Amino acid sequence: MIRFENVHKSFGQHEVLKGIDAEIGKGEVVCLIGPSGSGKSTLLRCVNGLETYQKGRITVGDTVVDAAGRSIHDIRTRVSMVFQRFNLFPNRTALENVMEGPLFVLGERRAEVRARAEALLTRVGLAAKIDAYPNSLSGGQQQRVAIARALAMRPEAILFDEPTSALDPEMVGEVLQVMRSLAEEHMTMLVVTHEIHFAREVADSVLFLDGGTIVERGPAKEVLRHPKHERTQDFLRRVTHPV
Amino acid sequence: MASFIAQSSEYLPILLKGLWLTIAVTVLALCLSTVPGLTWALLRTSGVPALATPTRIFVELVRGIPILVILFYIYFVMPEIGLDLTAFQAGVIGLALTYSCYIGETFRAGIEAVDRGQIEAAKSIGMKRPLMMRRVILPQAFRIVLPPYANNLVMLLKDSSQVSVISVAELTMQGKMLASSTFNNTTIFTLVALLYLCLTIPLNLLMRQLELKLGKAR
Ligand SMILES: Nc1ncnc2c1ncn2[C@@H]1O[C@H](COP(=O)(O)OP(=O)(O)OP(=O)(O)O)[C@@H](O)[C@H]1O
Ligand SMILES: [Mg+2]
Repeated sequence: MIRFENVHKSFGQHEVLKGIDAEIGKGEVVCLIGPSGSGKSTLLRCVNGLETYQKGRITVGDTVVDAAGRSIHDIRTRVSMVFQRFNLFPNRTALENVMEGPLFVLGERRAEVRARAEALLTRVGLAAKIDAYPNSLSGGQQQRVAIARALAMRPEAILFDEPTSALDPEMVGEVLQVMRSLAEEHMTMLVVTHEIHFAREVADSVLFLDGGTIVERGPAKEVLRHPKHERTQDFLRRVTHPV
Repeated sequence: MASFIAQSSEYLPILLKGLWLTIAVTVLALCLSTVPGLTWALLRTSGVPALATPTRIFVELVRGIPILVILFYIYFVMPEIGLDLTAFQAGVIGLALTYSCYIGETFRAGIEAVDRGQIEAAKSIGMKRPLMMRRVILPQAFRIVLPPYANNLVMLLKDSSQVSVISVAELTMQGKMLASSTFNNTTIFTLVALLYLCLTIPLNLLMRQLELKLGKAR
């Protein structure tokens, strides 16, 4: 579904991705872990063209991702994204946030879109907050609206960039719960996260990124329980037992 | 004080005629500068150098010339290339031209102040630039821009006195003419100042109010 072939990316002189090869199959949940600055967000953002890459190839289905090309808008309607800081439209209600894409980008009929948006907000537990503006919602609620907004596009895959990192601890669970239910329905998901428990339970496979290369990869349980590589071991020790 | 009031009632009708012209010049110039101002801002933030660069040069040039000189240029130089304008028309056009650049800069700052996360969210649901501008950036930039835009209006109102140099009989001009025929400088220019304040103070209060309201809405 999403394939990286020898992807290189630099910001000026600074090479951030140094030849990434990976594939996320249809219906798979892949967690991307790694230390700060290792290039996780950058890799994710290359998939929907929020960043450009210089060498190699990323494909979504049969389409090559080219951030400067015409096809990028089409890719973005097929691959949704959920941000660390939610990025809801502050001047629109929860419902309007969810309806925005299908209505104005996909040009679907309002009545249909509305029904779907209401169903999605109900699904993420926010039926009562349909008409609320983002600034009156908690972080966890905002992130659930953002997930509903991503789902409203009926995407083939969703990219998550540390969806729980900006949340107060007591709200992390409600967002992970929604993501878990998506995984159970076999939504294709590429998730940057520091939630090792979540990764272990939900992910099919894990990619450990360090210094712009994938240092270790494999089935989630294997990599997270018995990391082979020293850097992976170090990293996991630090995130699971912070000093 | 008694004489001030007595004289005022004599001068006020004439000054009020000037005041109406001041308001007319201001409102017309505001209308004629807002849409071009928005246009300059959109061109400058378009990300297309062929559009952004000429616009930037144009805006910088106009902003670098005193309004008086622009007014002289339009009123005295344009006729030489066959464009005859009344003083009123030249005044409105000169102010509108100048203020389109000021307002353009205000709008540009507002557009650029919209959170980058908003742009990324809009892109990530597949919005192309025009739709993103219309649905996401401009509605938010509009809120950011309202207070400085209102400030531009106050400045424009005060700058409308500059058109008196090309003999538009607005408030300042009427005051000057009255003063030179009656020699009653103190009363007349006090009245002129008060009349300007009657417009600018409510505008400033309104602006403060807007700022508070918009500040809360975030
Ligand atoms: N727009 C940019 N311009 C220049 N350098 C950048 C830019 N964005 C990221 N970088 C650099 O690229 C490297 C990788 O950044 P990235 O955000 O992908 O890391 P990350 O793995 O997501 O880290 P974190 O866990 O802190 O989010 C970092 O060194 C960062 O400083
Ligand atoms: Mg990151």
